Amino acid sequence: MRLRLPRLLLGLTCLLIAVWLVAPTLVVIPMSFADKKSLAFPPTGFSLQWYENFFTNPQWFGSLVTSAKVAVMVALVATVIGTMAAIGIERMKSRTGGLIRAVLITPMIVPGVVLAVGVYAVYLDTQLVGTWAGYVLAHTLLAIPFVVIAVGANLAVFDARLETAAASLGASRLKTFFTITLPLILPGILSGALFAFVTSFDEVIVSLFITSPQLKTLPVQIFSSMTRDADPTVAAVGSLIFMATSLIIGLGLIFGTRRRGA
Amino acid sequence: MTLASKGAAIDIRGVSKFYGNFTALDDVSLRVEPGEFMSFLGPSGSGKTTTLNLIAGFTDLSTGEIRLGERSIGHVPAHKRNIGVVFQHYALFPHMTVAANVAYPLKQRGMGKAERAQAVEASLRKVQLESFAHRYPSELSGGQQQRVALARAMVFNPSLLLMDEPLGALDKKLREVLQLEIKRIHRELGSTFVYVTHDQEEALVLSDRIAVFNKGRIEQVGTGHELYTAPQTLFVGQFIGESSVLRGPHRSAGDETALTLGGATLTVPGAAKGEGPQVILLRPEAATVQAPGTGPRDGRTNVVAGTVREMLYLGSAMKYEVALAGGGHVIARTATQESPFAIGSPVEVAWNPKDSTLLADDGSTAAL
Ligand SMILES: Nc1ncnc2c1ncn2[C@@H]1O[C@H](COP(=O)(O)OP(=O)(O)OP(=O)(O)O)[C@@H](O)[C@H]1O
Ligand SMILES: [Mg+2]
Repeated sequence: MRLRLPRLLLGLTCLLIAVWLVAPTLVVIPMSFADKKSLAFPPTGFSLQWYENFFTNPQWFGSLVTSAKVAVMVALVATVIGTMAAIGIERMKSRTGGLIRAVLITPMIVPGVVLAVGVYAVYLDTQLVGTWAGYVLAHTLLAIPFVVIAVGANLAVFDARLETAAASLGASRLKTFFTITLPLILPGILSGALFAFVTSFDEVIVSLFITSPQLKTLPVQIFSSMTRDADPTVAAVGSLIFMATSLIIGLGLIFGTRRRGA
Repeated sequence: MTLASKGAAIDIRGVSKFYGNFTALDDVSLRVEPGEFMSFLGPSGSGKTTTLNLIAGFTDLSTGEIRLGERSIGHVPAHKRNIGVVFQHYALFPHMTVAANVAYPLKQRGMGKAERAQAVEASLRKVQLESFAHRYPSELSGGQQQRVALARAMVFNPSLLLMDEPLGALDKKLREVLQLEIKRIHRELGSTFVYVTHDQEEALVLSDRIAVFNKGRIEQVGTGHELYTAPQTLFVGQFIGESSVLRGPHRSAGDETALTLGGATLTVPGAAKGEGPQVILLRPEAATVQAPGTGPRDGRTNVVAGTVREMLYLGSAMKYEVALAGGGHVIARTATQESPFAIGSPVEVAWNPKDSTLLADDGSTAAL
């Protein structure tokens, strides 16, 4: 019985931290149902007009489509480049491997604004501002480190001797990669791809610099809407994204643990 | 497709392997006959795995040539050599079932589905694992995993099967069971087997011939019996079986050499081997322990005095370790005696000169 109080305190602390972590996100949900055009909490009344606005206003829905397209392309490009890089680095015996890895990871360490200024300067000269290629290039740069790290972690536990075994059984290097290596590092590649997608999807800083009125990503649209007026559509978008990511991550967790259990 | 199942000869000619300026293999030549079971035996780091990897194509030759049958394979990539390999660490593909693992080499060779299923089943039957086809490797014991690896390595009927300490990770009991199984499979397949081990008992049980490796060279190749009874180097003599080594100044006269050891003169057939110091190698069963003052008897003309340092009762036999008056010691195994010599008692060790071997002293010690 003496254990009761400490246990209670522990439980309470955990609960508090959990609330602290989740509350800001959850606050958005009731706000999205407000009936007046203000971002007050708690909201008054109830309406679905902000959701309606999001799906019917081309400014809003268009930016979602743009973001989704960019993020998918970034996920594809960054995953291919990042995976190849991770494999190459893993196979390198010399110090060069560590050096290349460090270079690939810098975009994650350099402050976003610094990077954004640099990207903007280069884009002005090369006329990439406000273009698809511009977004994909910049976001891929930011996403590659995540893929390199995720795939690298998976490669570190991959038993390279299996490739030797495959060779002895008659499989060429390429065949070995697709039948042995790839399936076994797939969890790393998938989580790398997911990170890359998310990195692109919620990237604001660089996007703000290279945006144009014609081609805007969702975070840029949210940001400019917030600075202009208090539009609860922002809360509706936030709620939708929150639910979508919860769903994806949840499914990912379930899928991931099941794979490992097999 | 038809898969040939006859064993192929391996011809290793003047092969060396350098890592930087370190010589892992030093001008090794060896011929393995078709269908032969050859073991590579030797201490850790002696180059057994290196040789096997060169044959399999996992590492590149520095110099020399390797032929498999009529074909020079030194520069053929590993996946085109058609050699089965069994690894100490099993190396089963964890994301495939047992059946898929065994089918893998057949798939690479473009064998049809029905034919493949048949071959997989036949191969699994040979290792008595037919009923485990749908399990994953993680659901098998170590011994079962190694059986699957064996089934996978032989399913495509390679003319040569290489095994690098395949039983090294298993306990003694299971090792013995699998040794018998490997021997049976070798008989059934008729392929050439090359088997790496550093367990001499395992090598003796399994092999037609044994190649003894030491420091990147092959010291001697021969049957277990040849290596035991007629070692050509002190290293081989000490590595295979138990032995005593007697050192002392020598004098050769014709076809006989005499070593002086603390007053006693010990003769041994044969002229001195080379210029350097010589040793006499004596097997425990060749030596008799007798009461002091007994002297030469029944052709056992070599007699040295000593003191019993250790006495072990082995059931069917007794083992004495006798410290010699002139330095060194002799291990002798005799039939069980009614009244054995006690530890500390003075004795004589005697043997017939023709039961001992004269060898050049290459400085190797029995430390294993
Ligand atoms: N990739 C490498 N680079 C440098 N040296 C190596 C390399 N591979 C092996 N060696 C060296 O070559 C020598 C022979 O190694 P090998 O693996 O053939 O020994 P082994 O006889 O199989 O020993 P064990 O019984 O311990 O397996 C060793 O001294 C080892 O350190
Ligand atoms: Mg080895």
